[in-house]
Amino acid sequence: MAETRKVLIDPLVDNNPVTLQVLGICSALAVTTSLMPALIMCVALTSVAALSNAAISSIRSRIPNNIRIIVQMTIIASLVIVTDQLLRAYAFETSKQLSVFVGLIITNCIVLGRAEAFAMKNGVGLSFLDGLGNGLGYSVILLIVATVRELFGAGSLFGFSVLPLTSNGGWYPANGLMLLPPSAFFIIGLLIWAVRSWKKEQVERADYQIHEVHRTEVF
Amino acid sequence: MEAYVNLFIQAAFVENLALAFFLGMCTFLAVSKRVETAIGLGIAVVVVQAITVPLNYLVYSVFLKDGALAWAGLPDVDLSFLGLVSYIGVIAALVQILEMLLDRYFPALYNALGIFLPLITVNCAILGGTLFMVERQYDFGQSVVYGIGSGAGWAIALIALAGIREKLKYSDVPDGLQGLGITFIIVGLMSLGFMGFSGIQL
Repeated sequence: MAETRKVLIDPLVDNNPVTLQVLGICSALAVTTSLMPALIMCVALTSVAALSNAAISSIRSRIPNNIRIIVQMTIIASLVIVTDQLLRAYAFETSKQLSVFVGLIITNCIVLGRAEAFAMKNGVGLSFLDGLGNGLGYSVILLIVATVRELFGAGSLFGFSVLPLTSNGGWYPANGLMLLPPSAFFIIGLLIWAVRSWKKEQVERADYQIHEVHRTEVF
Repeated sequence: MEAYVNLFIQAAFVENLALAFFLGMCTFLAVSKRVETAIGLGIAVVVVQAITVPLNYLVYSVFLKDGALAWAGLPDVDLSFLGLVSYIGVIAALVQILEMLLDRYFPALYNALGIFLPLITVNCAILGGTLFMVERQYDFGQSVVYGIGSGAGWAIALIALAGIREKLKYSDVPDGLQGLGITFIIVGLMSLGFMGFSGIQL
């Protein structure tokens, strides 16, 4: 039970796929200008990660080692196609906004990385939870970034106005930078700073240490 | 001709895959610690991108597009939902073939690119280039230019970041920002810089 909880909870902060494992930043930041597409992207990615982990884990002993990547890719691609078709059928407007980024879940390193690193070695149930946990860890980051960007960039959350914009007679002048790509990088950089100030053990060692020279050493 | 030059500049600078669409970020951050390795990966990406985008264009227009199978006597068949799995198959196969060809005929180049080629299969910039080509309905000539341009733009961004990071290791960065954090902030600043290209039309 403790292990199950660890597999599910660990990726949220302690071993977050985005801020610590440097996985899966690729396809998703472009969808964080507002919350709704970000939320749908999170649901799509989390379900693909969990289901592909479970599927790959269930046939892990039958996959020949030298073609495992292509087998994993095919399973992931099939799941992504199903997700894409579902979105087109039931949430057409949002799927237009997400454009190519749903398809890019295939090459999202979280999905393939977890399949390779976890699902190939563990049972079906645990692998499913691992996929779910990593998907949620990614979702946490994505939703934080999307909240900041939509709130300060457009003064709204989920499209409902929270900070009345000056252009509509309110008091809040919209920050246009928040809607442009660079702001996503800044927010994630600062987020990593915040997480690492809280969890000191995640701090990376510098390649090159600048020495402080004490007077006593010189003389 | 002018349209092609315009498309090239658009693909390489204004709509830079790495800095405007966040594609290929994992490799972008992982392989940008040294300039030499960045140049190796950059060249590999340009080569693969310049081949896969036109190739996937052919796959799309000959097999998958709505009504594309008319030549086989099946004018009502629309296989475009198979797109994703076909494109990734083409990319994986092409990378594998390229690896074997280079190993056989250009061992020097193979040794230089060696470790990066397999990485490219899972680089979102490659698949992203193909998906943008399909979404924007480029023709064959445009897809060739778009492939080269977007690959070159990605490579330029990667090499520039590697250059900055090489210098950066001597600077005194706050503990929590060390490594990944400061890299993100730099990429953000670079992305701001690249936005200055927007609006350029020839």
